Amino acid sequence: MTAPANRRVRFRFTKVGKVRFTSHRDVARLWERALRRAQLPVARTEGFNPRPKVHFGLALPTGYESAGEYLDVDLRLPEAADVDLAVLPATLTPLLPPGLDVTAAASVAAGTSSLQQAVTSCSWRIEALGPTPAEATAEVERLLSAASLPVTRQRKGEERTDDIRPEICSLAVTGPVLDGDDVTGTVLDAELATQPRGLRPSELLSAFSPRPEEVRPPDAPVDDARRRAARATRDRRDVGTARGGACVMRAPAGRPAPKDRRRGGRPAAPAPRKERHERTGGGFTHHPDRRRPGAGLGW
Amino acid sequence: MSSIWHQLEPLLAKVQKPARYIGLEDGAQTPDHDPRSVAWLLLYPDTYEIGLPNQGLQILYEILNERPDAVAERSYAPWTDLAALLRQRGLPLFSVDTHRPAGEFDLLAFNLSAELVYTNVLDCIDLAGVPVRAADRGPEHPLVVAGGHCTYNPEPLADFLDLVVLGDGEEVVADITEVVRDWKASGRTSGSRLGVLRELAKVPGVYVPSLYEATYEGEHLVAVTPRHPDVPDIVEKRTVADLADWPYPKRQLVPLTEVVHDRLNVEVFRGCTRGCRFCQAGMITRPVRERPAAQVRRMVADGLRRTGYDEVALTSLSTADFSGIEQVVAETIADAPDGNQVTVSLPSLRVDAFTVGIAAEIQKARRTGLTFAPEAGTWRMRQVINKLIREEDLYAAVDAAYSQGWRRMKLYFLTGLPTETDVDTLGIAELGRRCVEIGKKHHRSASVTLSVGGFVPKPFTPFQWFGQNTVPELRRKIGLLRDDLRRHKAVQLKWHDPKASLVEGIMSRGDRRLGPGIEDVWRRGGTFQEWSEHFDHDLWIDTMAAHGLSPDWYAHRHRTEDEVLPWDHLSAGLHKDFLWQDWRDALDEVGLEDCRWTPCYDCGACTGYGVEHIVASAVPPAGGSQGTGQDLRTGGAVPVTLLPSKPERVGAP
Repeated sequence: MTAPANRRVRFRFTKVGKVRFTSHRDVARLWERALRRAQLPVARTEGFNPRPKVHFGLALPTGYESAGEYLDVDLRLPEAADVDLAVLPATLTPLLPPGLDVTAAASVAAGTSSLQQAVTSCSWRIEALGPTPAEATAEVERLLSAASLPVTRQRKGEERTDDIRPEICSLAVTGPVLDGDDVTGTVLDAELATQPRGLRPSELLSAFSPRPEEVRPPDAPVDDARRRAARATRDRRDVGTARGGACVMRAPAGRPAPKDRRRGGRPAAPAPRKERHERTGGGFTHHPDRRRPGAGLGW
Repeated sequence: MSSIWHQLEPLLAKVQKPARYIGLEDGAQTPDHDPRSVAWLLLYPDTYEIGLPNQGLQILYEILNERPDAVAERSYAPWTDLAALLRQRGLPLFSVDTHRPAGEFDLLAFNLSAELVYTNVLDCIDLAGVPVRAADRGPEHPLVVAGGHCTYNPEPLADFLDLVVLGDGEEVVADITEVVRDWKASGRTSGSRLGVLRELAKVPGVYVPSLYEATYEGEHLVAVTPRHPDVPDIVEKRTVADLADWPYPKRQLVPLTEVVHDRLNVEVFRGCTRGCRFCQAGMITRPVRERPAAQVRRMVADGLRRTGYDEVALTSLSTADFSGIEQVVAETIADAPDGNQVTVSLPSLRVDAFTVGIAAEIQKARRTGLTFAPEAGTWRMRQVINKLIREEDLYAAVDAAYSQGWRRMKLYFLTGLPTETDVDTLGIAELGRRCVEIGKKHHRSASVTLSVGGFVPKPFTPFQWFGQNTVPELRRKIGLLRDDLRRHKAVQLKWHDPKASLVEGIMSRGDRRLGPGIEDVWRRGGTFQEWSEHFDHDLWIDTMAAHGLSPDWYAHRHRTEDEVLPWDHLSAGLHKDFLWQDWRDALDEVGLEDCRWTPCYDCGACTGYGVEHIVASAVPPAGGSQGTGQDLRTGGAVPVTLLPSKPERVGAP
């Protein structure tokens, strides 16, 4: 619930580079400190141990990169009425570690759904090491045509077997992973649901047979050209493009191992219709001057 | 090769807490390495979470990086999972700032703050690709340095360290940099390593173990003497005269991940004159040097603004003794940026200094845990250890805290102290019960945690001659307390593993003959020994036995006045006869007042270095009378009479 005395602001930010090895909790703390340093009038919880009112969407597993993480912050009114959202990304980015770059800020109307509810799926780019694109294509077809895909995974410390098929919204082979001229794996683009239960890329890969390697063997030589290419992919899909809201995530291990892309924070706005899986994004359309009052999330 | 990041990156996906290894902290520096400048790798031989907040390391990091002829980066002991992967892949230990291999630095400088990290030091040296034994190193290898409190007896590590620094590091790192810079300029030719060590031995405060010969008669050490005439007989510690000249760290590192003491830390003074006889820190850091109150205020305000922390700790060995502490705390809270609340924590708070005034000030923001350290359960025992806290003062402090809203507090105690009887041990439980009773008057849920550690005698304290209690004896005492408190749910008892205290005790007062044993424990996988899940008592005892070393002889034996101690060729400024007299006074249950307010006892700490206690203001410390009835308002010497002890003295040391 948004208290009427507060103004909710939604931020989008990246998590790329070395900083991807921080945990979700770490990122929350980094934001708390950055908001204090920016001297924003962040609302605080009442009680014995007041905490700033910040709300995160889904947790990004440690080690993955993202071009679109989201955060809601409640600012106190009336002080917050004067806060100029347009300058906030440039104000906050230097107060966060390199790689956590704030790419957008917009007002969220009272009553709009929380981040946890608003995000229904994420797009991922995964570099699966092992299968060739042809092999992977066969596997993808098998997975998509399967009626159910039982996978054993850890949830809240317990092993349990779930059918992950309903959580795969889309899955496609995009191309080969190259090491020089050698094909070492396959790039996959996947859209994975986050509700009712999230599916992680590593869990998706464990449905493959044989399971592709998630981590490039560390003794394999690192190819700088490919590294740059990987980065270019991420940039192209970065905010401000038609694919805005999409983001690139890299799985543990910096060399483009499973290399994932994820879309977060898909707006439910302006139409209140909720789609189970949203495939095409409206892009980032936040223009503070042109934003219609009550237009919702802003992107 | 200047960065191993690309090779390291894939490994980080496989280890716990990879954020330990990425650097990027606010305040971190990524210096450019010039072949002419001296490259220091400052190493904390424990995990990142423990090591990052270390103020000493951060101070030197800034001071060195400010020099045009030096660069400094940091490293921490990689946890066992990463250490194994590094070895498997043939990768070296690295700095977290630029991920540069440790072997490419000119100096590997360790901070030694606890004995149980010694095997980690060896592990780090080895992971750096450097021979663990100093004698096996060549001109191409970095110099291995150690500083910190444990270096007041570095003898157990003498085989592995090239040089040891005693005392405050702020100035001596400059002197060392200059010597090493010249050595680099000369090309670090073959055979030049001995030359540079001889030069370094001339720097005050620097001890080069390999330039000294240890002589034994039977099982006893009889002398540690220089091998060359230009090497000093006795190495004196370094002392920074005025903290006001060193407002460091100016840019305290703000970690990306959770660490201990995750808050702004501002050192308000160094040294302590309370004279607690068990406390090595209080003895070796004398005299007291307070930071000017205005500088404290500025460092706190700037630090909070820069870091975004909402908590600041005013650090020292006994913060309530800082002149005018109440005003500093009040100003700190008043200075807080608009709309933000700031928590002030005062570590090492003496109970007799905890007034209602301080309680009210520090609880204005968030209340944190409250910890007092009465250290002993009876007044008699506290006179022996010279922690002169009266029961009335303790109960008044506890009452003040509960009345201000605290519901839980932690009390620290030592057991296994000299002359301790079961009456003294059980006094700990009694104290805990009384505190809970007081608390219940304010809250029904009031509780107390008693944390009991086994006493380990340390060099350069009056108790350096005392034979530590055995493991069974410490266990028995903990058992007494446990039985006595069984029915009291509101009093929680926690204790330190007596087996760990034994190993600490062996290292604390050990000599060079321990070296091969330490090396063997390390070779058999004994790292991270201060972590209870890794501590391996049997490994230590078996290894010691294999090397013909007796834990009993090192830890449990009382020393005599004429015995040559392994650290007699080092000096913390304290006269040995002062320490001996203080030891005799302890056995006679005679307390010694804070020397800031009494005539000089001539311990040697001030006179030897031509410095004096420096206080920030004329306001007497809040930590008033120290149980002595001293009138501190005048700030001068007042003849005092110690309050009578309870008459139940039983037994002798």
